[in-house]
Amino acid sequence: MPATIETQGNALTYETIEPEAGLKAALAMSRADLVDFVRDSDLKGRGGAGFPTGMKWGFCAAEKADQKYIICNADEGEPGTFKDRVILTRFADLVIEGMTIGGRAIGATLGIIYLRAEYTYLRPHLNEVIQKRRGQGLLGHDIMGVEGFDFDILVAMGAGAYVCGEETALIESLEGFRGEPRNRPPFPVVAGLLNNPTVVNNVETLASVAAIFAKGCDWFKTFGTDKSSGYKLFSISGDCEKPGVYEFPWGITVASLLEEVGGTGAKAVQIGGASGVCIPAKDFTRALAFEDVPTGGSVMVIGPDRDILDVAENFLDFFVEESCGQCTPCRLGNAQMLRAVKLLKTGECPPEFLASVKALGATMQVASKCGLGQTSPSAFLSILEGFDDEIANRAVSA
Amino acid sequence: MSNPTTPIHRAPLSQQHRRVITTTSPDAIGAQVSVTIDGVDAKVPFGVTILEAARNAGVKIPTLCDHPDLDVAGVCRMCVVEVEGQRTLQPACTFPVVNAMKVNTHSRKVRMARKHVLELLLSEHCGECYSCVRNGNCELQSLAEEYGITAFPFGHPEEPLFEQDTSSYSVMRDMNKCIRCRRCIRTCIDIQEVGVLEAVGRSNKVTIETFEDMPLGTAVCINCGQCVNRCPVGALYAKDETDAVWAAIDDPDRHVVIQTAPAPRSAMGELFGLEPGTPVTFEMNTALRRAGFDKVFDTNFTADLTIIEEGTELILRLYKALVEKDESVALPQFTSCSPGWVKYLEHFYPEYLPNASSAKSPQQMFGALIKTYYADKLGLDPEKIVSVALMPCSAKKFECNRPEMRDSGFQDVDYGLTTRELGKMFKEAGLHVPSLPKSDFDDPFGSATGSGVIFGATGGVMEAALRTVIEMVTGEKIESIYDHGDIIPVRGFEGVKYAEITVPKVGPVPEIVAHLVPDWDWLDGATLKVAVAHGTANAKKVMDDIKAGGKFSECHFIEFMACPGGCLGGGGQPIPTSADIRAARAKAIYSEDSAYAVRKSHENPAVLATYGEFLTDGPCGHKSHKLLHTEYTARGKHMPQS
Repeated sequence: MPATIETQGNALTYETIEPEAGLKAALAMSRADLVDFVRDSDLKGRGGAGFPTGMKWGFCAAEKADQKYIICNADEGEPGTFKDRVILTRFADLVIEGMTIGGRAIGATLGIIYLRAEYTYLRPHLNEVIQKRRGQGLLGHDIMGVEGFDFDILVAMGAGAYVCGEETALIESLEGFRGEPRNRPPFPVVAGLLNNPTVVNNVETLASVAAIFAKGCDWFKTFGTDKSSGYKLFSISGDCEKPGVYEFPWGITVASLLEEVGGTGAKAVQIGGASGVCIPAKDFTRALAFEDVPTGGSVMVIGPDRDILDVAENFLDFFVEESCGQCTPCRLGNAQMLRAVKLLKTGECPPEFLASVKALGATMQVASKCGLGQTSPSAFLSILEGFDDEIANRAVSA
Repeated sequence: MSNPTTPIHRAPLSQQHRRVITTTSPDAIGAQVSVTIDGVDAKVPFGVTILEAARNAGVKIPTLCDHPDLDVAGVCRMCVVEVEGQRTLQPACTFPVVNAMKVNTHSRKVRMARKHVLELLLSEHCGECYSCVRNGNCELQSLAEEYGITAFPFGHPEEPLFEQDTSSYSVMRDMNKCIRCRRCIRTCIDIQEVGVLEAVGRSNKVTIETFEDMPLGTAVCINCGQCVNRCPVGALYAKDETDAVWAAIDDPDRHVVIQTAPAPRSAMGELFGLEPGTPVTFEMNTALRRAGFDKVFDTNFTADLTIIEEGTELILRLYKALVEKDESVALPQFTSCSPGWVKYLEHFYPEYLPNASSAKSPQQMFGALIKTYYADKLGLDPEKIVSVALMPCSAKKFECNRPEMRDSGFQDVDYGLTTRELGKMFKEAGLHVPSLPKSDFDDPFGSATGSGVIFGATGGVMEAALRTVIEMVTGEKIESIYDHGDIIPVRGFEGVKYAEITVPKVGPVPEIVAHLVPDWDWLDGATLKVAVAHGTANAKKVMDDIKAGGKFSECHFIEFMACPGGCLGGGGQPIPTSADIRAARAKAIYSEDSAYAVRKSHENPAVLATYGEFLTDGPCGHKSHKLLHTEYTARGKHMPQS
């Protein structure tokens, strides 16, 4: 493995999980109980959308099919997110253990790790871990001596498109097609890879599954809030002293997080990556939790000297590049947003155009086909709302 | 990942069915679900889309990327509606009704979203309506009018960004007008399994391209024009040759003749506001003369001739294979009247070209005869004859430009006009076809038969051939075997049809083929196995089965048509198209057939006269081989390097 220095801000709970404890506990339960157990933990998807994992598994388990799949979404592409890389580098066994439990719960015999193209260097490492586990009887036939429990894993590579982090685009990409989101319903749990019921879970979600089975639901719920159970890895970047991957329980306020990472004095933080929202300093009392500011873990600290319109422009540039170009609102809407930011920067944005673009942003949020187009205007719209004074009164250099 | 034995579709596997059933409970299938649309309560079958439910309830929801012939796409977002309980708007074309739901199809949010979609599409739609081939028949134009678009808040391009691709003889592309609805892509994959076009690039840079962005004229395109028929705007259109035809008409030195195929006659009325399936054959003859054509011929004449030539060829192949035990004879024999199918075969199954009948299509047989037989008969200089063909087809434009189609010593057919082009000429000349008096076709090819007419529908060539072959072999009237001579097993719109026809007895060999076979004894009690496929996706099924040695490899004769429904669904027919419209056109064609006094090709007096006077060495003889038969080009799927 190449020497990669993983930045890490504090100790991670995953270090304390005993290997295979989760799988052992899971194999002692009936298959139906596995889904209930995850449901009881209140685990919500760690990729950003926050869908309850137990519910997702339950839908898929209820489907009758000869073949089902569990896919680990390792296409970590959200700008400012790099926590899955740490997990895959240091805790690949936990992720695979989580997939194995998932396979048992839903009745899948094959798991696929869809690995981001930029993480190609991790592929030999993952294959090594998989191979080692096969040797230990932790993958393959009759896993851990349980007769008829067959499950194996292969690693498939992404090709660099951000949209392939969206689960149905990911599946299209796996099938060899252009990575574009499908219409939903049907959802992947009903008709996913090759039309078979498929669960797609984020890397961190699967690692959490292994931890929950190892230590129990009650243990897991000691972290976090009532509605957001557990802990979460955050990828901290931007204008702060100690960027890196941190573990915090859900519910931490933006202010206390900034204190931990040496980012006090920021004028805003972007939570949830380019597709997230921009929180101005006056709202730093808000909490990172599904019930307040939900996130897949990206936190970008925006220092006092940053031009907030540069921030918006940066994100919109990204979306104009990364929209798959399938549905009209996203295909053409992002370019209009970007045009508005550029005009605002030079003080040439006619008020009526700005109004049109704001309304268009609202349409994109409800009429786009997938999460990309539904969230791409969010940063810009929240900046327009949170920084209206700064934008209205900025000195125009052009 | 993909299993090589399952066909690869570009449309997601999960979305190949318009009804997206999301249940494992068999009870739910067939159940009725309550839905409230704009306050109106309705019961709809479980699993229908909101769009279908709304249509049942009489509520109109606008669409752009949706097309009744195609898999769902859900990309234009024009049909979004508000579904109670859903955070986001949902596309009516894809969202299934599986439990009781309340839908609002025109809330403020919905209207705003639709207007935004239109304004965004217009922000990259370059072109003025009044200079567009689709002016007055454009889905984007209609929606812009319905949604009161009066300004372009997101801009409107003044200058074209893309060069038009006019490299093809048949299909023209103008990306400046494209709205990326992808109907063309889905048509080429779902209906045709050709796959010329694909979305390339991302975001606002998505374009629709051929492989490596090669000009369409050099791509693996079969010219069928089905994409043109489904394009909602003017981004795809058939090559327009009306100027050249007008110029010929306006030139007093030119003798301009036109042959008209049966399918356009069943559809021309649609361009003048008539219901689909209202034939205007004889009114159109008058219109053509008034427009200035010197002679108006019926392509059915050479359709009948095709049956004689192709039927004789089949008999010869069967005789060689069954009696002379010649193993080099290629069977089953394939029809070759559809130029889209012929090019499909040349590209995708070149190893099966020996199976294609060497008989030319009716259009090209007519072309060869007009500049030889007809010119001689009337003492005309063939160089001064301009031969025009009215076809339902864009591929016929390519066909008449094939280098081998010059057996008369000249280009046999000069121009292939589509139904749409001729309709435009009529309008320009102020000729309202439905209100004109009727008139007949011109001699010497005047009289036609019902068999020629049904060439326009899938199964028609097969039925016409069977009528003739059965009568010739059995010596019995076809009506004694099939009621009214209607061979129902080969009719209808099923994608692939298969039929077995037993020869109940044999009769004497008729004079016309007496020099070719001594007797019919070898066919006594034989079972003739035939099949019919329309749309090249269906053709592919049959071809792959033949390759695998399946039941179609046992067939003797197979009819293939490139277009869904046969010629009546051709790429040159009026827009729009749908299964209902095609069914109505088929009805018109079959009712015309039953109205003819002569319904069998071998009884066509003009055909018999042609053999008597001109093609004197008979069907598949030396002269007919020179003028009426052709050869094909193995093209394969590799394109020339640019």
